[in-house]
Amino acid sequence: MSQLVIFFVFAAIMVFAGVMVITVRNAVHSALFLVLAFFSSAAIWLLMEAEFLAIVLVLVYVGAVMVLFLFVVMMLDVNTARLKEGFIRYLPVGLLVAVLIAFQLIMVVGGERFGLEDYPKPVPKAADYSNTEALGAVLYTEYLFAFEVAAVILLVAIVAAISLTMRRRNTVKTQKPEMQVAVRREDRIRIVSMASEPRNGREDGS
Amino acid sequence: MEFFTDMWMALPEGLRAVLAASTKIMMVVGPLMLAVAYVTLAERKIIGRIQVRIGPNRVGFFGHSLWGLGQPIADAVKLLFKEIVLPSGANRVLFLIAPMLSLGPALAAWAVLPLNAEFVIADINAGLLYILAMTSIGVYGVIVAGWASNSKYAFLGAMRSAAQIVSYEIAMGFALVVVLMAAGSLNIRDIVLAQEGGVLGWFWAPLLPMFLVYFISGVAETNRAPFDVAEGESEIVAGFHVDYSGMAFAVFFLAEYANMILIAALAAILFLGGWLSPFEGTALASLPLLGNGIHWLLLKIALFVFLYLWFRATFPRYRYDQIMRLGWKVFIPVTLVWLVVVGVAVMYPPLWDWLTGFGLLAVALTLLLVVFRGAVKPSGVIMP
Amino acid sequence: MNGFRHFFKSFMLWELLVGMRLTGRYLFKRKVTVQYPEEKTPMSPRFRGLHALRRYPNGEERCIACKLCEAVCPALAITIDSEVREDGSRRTTRYDIDLVKCIFCGFCEESCPVDSIVETRIHEYHGEKRGDLYMTKEKLLAVGDKWEAQIAADRAEDARYR
Repeated sequence: MSQLVIFFVFAAIMVFAGVMVITVRNAVHSALFLVLAFFSSAAIWLLMEAEFLAIVLVLVYVGAVMVLFLFVVMMLDVNTARLKEGFIRYLPVGLLVAVLIAFQLIMVVGGERFGLEDYPKPVPKAADYSNTEALGAVLYTEYLFAFEVAAVILLVAIVAAISLTMRRRNTVKTQKPEMQVAVRREDRIRIVSMASEPRNGREDGS
Repeated sequence: MEFFTDMWMALPEGLRAVLAASTKIMMVVGPLMLAVAYVTLAERKIIGRIQVRIGPNRVGFFGHSLWGLGQPIADAVKLLFKEIVLPSGANRVLFLIAPMLSLGPALAAWAVLPLNAEFVIADINAGLLYILAMTSIGVYGVIVAGWASNSKYAFLGAMRSAAQIVSYEIAMGFALVVVLMAAGSLNIRDIVLAQEGGVLGWFWAPLLPMFLVYFISGVAETNRAPFDVAEGESEIVAGFHVDYSGMAFAVFFLAEYANMILIAALAAILFLGGWLSPFEGTALASLPLLGNGIHWLLLKIALFVFLYLWFRATFPRYRYDQIMRLGWKVFIPVTLVWLVVVGVAVMYPPLWDWLTGFGLLAVALTLLLVVFRGAVKPSGVIMP
Repeated sequence: MNGFRHFFKSFMLWELLVGMRLTGRYLFKRKVTVQYPEEKTPMSPRFRGLHALRRYPNGEERCIACKLCEAVCPALAITIDSEVREDGSRRTTRYDIDLVKCIFCGFCEESCPVDSIVETRIHEYHGEKRGDLYMTKEKLLAVGDKWEAQIAADRAEDARYR
């Protein structure tokens, strides 16, 4: 019963946040509402006993991806007023397409195909069920190849993005901290023993 | 007495759970807030003493100066009375939410820290992951504060600070993953219990590089000296919270010190055995205060907070590109290498013991050499 | 050999620990803080503080209204009006020093031929309302009368160097 209440509270917050993401004027507000949507989604996943996925959702999406989004949104001067200009003109067509998609979704994912006879309600796991352990046990044994391929794909994406966009500007001088740190006193200072010179050029120092 | 237990049982179960959890939270957050206030006083006094002066010693209670113990209370009252200035053109809602976004995660992470063998607010099986998530959220307070101040300088300070925090999160995360591998569980109580066995059973010796990386990354995460380029008072005044005054500034201040104490507590729990006594397993452990207990944890936390203050008094500020280089090019390779080493050691116990011995030897040798041969000498006579 | 040492020192964080050792030792040194106002630092007899107008031992005021102090004051803080007194001597009717303008340079004391205007060692005074820091002749004479013993002792101690 309490789980139902919690579910509805978080679901309502998530729907509200989702709607706000696409309707607020300020882009930064929109990004922050998306963060709120992620949090509510993490809470719902917790209810489904997927605690690893929930916390990793917060860690990765909220902690890294949305930070990146915020950086970009804050630094670009997005003129949302101009972008929203055609809203009323496109509203009828947009609404029609949305209704069609919703109808198709309900037909495919509705009660007859995904009902409780085909997919019974999941049994709540034992108290010592560890989502992390369960995921790890499967991910690194049965699906190891897929996991490694996914990692390689990410690596390829990073390398491709960097190689396409990185330019070395030879007009800008930067400092190389690793070379600065590697400097040693012995390389820069040489102590020499010299005979003392007479003052004023004369032998007796006058 | 039975009247109370009967009344307690009469409440619905959900309400009982909520009340129990709230009481536990109050038991942790109350002293924590007091500790945060007095860490500010400790900082001023200890750094003052390192600088051959005494810190504030006049503000006391009821007319007695009492070594300046009333100073944090006086500061808090002053900040409460100050006007909260909203910069012109600033986004009011975001401006006021940013300090909350900073303080919230710092306090929320305390929910999974075990203070004792019996006391945790929430004993969850993904505690370490939860802490990583909470420290990741802390960056939002910085970004939103810089943005909402409607000021170029605050914004730049915020971006620099946020980039620094995110970079050191990765190194911290890797260090925690190594701890996870060594302990075999994400449950923090299990991690502490895996360190049973006296001082050499704690994780500081076999995971020595991770200990150093974790603590230094923690110092960088909380924007404390020598990594305080984002709030270096002599450079960009106060960085992202330059436009904050009064209670809003006080909340940022509280958040910074709460984060500091959190990192200290985590270092104590994950690497120094938490509430375990160093005399555990020996005959001395049966003496009254020498067994396990929360006092050992508090001592260790105090040690790490003292280290924080010692760092602040000793080291000059790192330059921003040096900070970035340290986080990405030094700490992450070190953590990756040690991840592989510890991975092998967990599967092959003799290597684990070897690592412990190596760590102990390294620390002992270094400390002995520093104490007895580490005097700063004038470097050669050049002028007569 | 040198490279070896350098390599190990960088992993042992040698310089960091040496720095911490230095500051750690300073933590235990004696602190130089002076708990003012219970303790005070030593003060020279030449300290230039609040001004005073002195008198001769028989009670006659020393000032003869020569106006050398008014002329030499770099901040134009001294204002003097003078008249002949009933007994025929040359005296001031008005001798004001505006302490807000004064820069406490001591030139007035150096220029006075009769050691009338002096700067005492008083530095802990205050004014509570507007006009309290404008020293009139009465106020200056009062300061002089109150602190004559200390003023004379300071002058005697410093006499060898003047």
